[in-house]
Amino acid sequence: MTFSQIQAPNSYRRRLLFPLLGFAGLVLVWDLSARFSGWDHQVFPGPLRVMAVLGELMAGGVLLQHAVASLYRVTAGFYLAIFFGIPLGILLGRLQSANLFINPLIQFLRPISPLAWIPLSMLWFGIGDKPAIFLIFLSSFFPIVVSTTIAVNAINPIYFQVAANFNFNRGEILRKIIFPAIVPDIVTALRLSVTIAWLVVVAAEMIAVQSGLGYLILDSRNALRMDYVMGGMIVIGLIGLSLDTIMRILGHLGAASWNRMDT
Amino acid sequence: MEPDGYLIPMGNIEIRHLYKSYPNRRHQPRSSDEAGIGYGDQIPVLDDINLSVSDGEMVCLLGPSGCGKSTLLRITAGFDGPTDGSVEINGRLVDGPQADHIFVFQHSGLLPWLTVRENVELGIRHLKDPRARRARVQEQIEMVELEGFEDHYPRQLSGGMQRRAELARALAVNPDTLFMDEPFSGLDFLTHMKMREEVVNMHEFIRKTTILVTHDIDDALIMGDRIVILSGRPAKVEMDRTLGFDRPRDFERQPALNQLRSEIYLMLGVPYAV
Repeated sequence: MTFSQIQAPNSYRRRLLFPLLGFAGLVLVWDLSARFSGWDHQVFPGPLRVMAVLGELMAGGVLLQHAVASLYRVTAGFYLAIFFGIPLGILLGRLQSANLFINPLIQFLRPISPLAWIPLSMLWFGIGDKPAIFLIFLSSFFPIVVSTTIAVNAINPIYFQVAANFNFNRGEILRKIIFPAIVPDIVTALRLSVTIAWLVVVAAEMIAVQSGLGYLILDSRNALRMDYVMGGMIVIGLIGLSLDTIMRILGHLGAASWNRMDT
Repeated sequence: MEPDGYLIPMGNIEIRHLYKSYPNRRHQPRSSDEAGIGYGDQIPVLDDINLSVSDGEMVCLLGPSGCGKSTLLRITAGFDGPTDGSVEINGRLVDGPQADHIFVFQHSGLLPWLTVRENVELGIRHLKDPRARRARVQEQIEMVELEGFEDHYPRQLSGGMQRRAELARALAVNPDTLFMDEPFSGLDFLTHMKMREEVVNMHEFIRKTTILVTHDIDDALIMGDRIVILSGRPAKVEMDRTLGFDRPRDFERQPALNQLRSEIYLMLGVPYAV
């Protein structure tokens, strides 16, 4: 490692420039391989064609509609997972007996892919938003529970002794010790699980609904429009990137970064 | 309160016939003297400890490492229960931690997500009047000379400043007793010396009953009104002596103190005082 690498981590300009260069390189490789692959543009459309199609979709407002539909499902399912997952995680982290009782069940259900639930969820919730929201919920719920439990277990026991010493009641222990202590870990967990949720929504939309980016891709495949398929993929990627960026910014807020040494 | 206005002394501690043992959690013996102790067997740690600390006294608890000094302190503070025997503070049986008896932790017990001010405020959060509360916090922060750092987070402070902030938090509740578990561990030499002096001055000033656990013989001799030395495990009280030496204490000017120092070094297994 050179001296400058140790001293200056990454300047603002480099943090902006390098990813852009990466994207430019990807587009270049894509363009060249599309041109020289010998495949028809209907099988492997190049970036210019896909950009044109994206412009078309955006102008008609169709793209926005699909994106909003997908984001709505992810948001609903994700909030439900947070709403139920974090309290359950805290309970499991604090109560040994509850943990012994419920943790094996969670570890049993967790490895079952949310996609395996598709038949049941369609049967139970019909078609429309509900089965998709249920699948999103499943995909985020277990990771959130598990990370919350781990975060609560990792709280330094001294803090609970301090709480006991200053006569904290249960509510105060929750508000002043547990919540602030786990916030940094929770934000990291949410950052990881929102990506999974976004991954699952596309798959969920390929079966039970008539809207959303997953539906756009499926519908375009049926129409053999690979340029639309790739356009949909790009939008999914871009929204995923934005979600991750938002979660990363959340992680830098004061409440989520008390454990970082650099501030 | 007695009829003639005599106040019941605050902060006296009575430790009577205290025993503590732990079930062995090791499958392999830690050292040769533990050979023959199997998994799950009870290992005695404290063996019939009797100690009576009077109001305002600063007692330094010394002993070889792992002898159970900290265990004794934790039981006295109510963080752990005795196997047998009892601890009373002001005539009341200790059965759990209390806001009147504040424990200062070996490594920082400050809550890292709260600022210095918010940490110091923890013990007096029930005070109704916010201005009185603020004034009290400010007074304590000034006492430990942390003015200007009220809005800093613990991680932004040096080790010594963190200890002082924790001391301010403890003193803010006006406790009758203070328990300090190796309060200088992890500090550099100079900070250690300064903190030691500050704790002595603080004690001279407010006269709270204090039990301080240390493994540093010089700390105990310089600071304590009294020193109590525990033996190796299971710990018994091996020496209990009131130190009548004038302050500030100096080993060179007070030969008797120096004599006692050599004696303790010898007692704890070091043949000569360095």
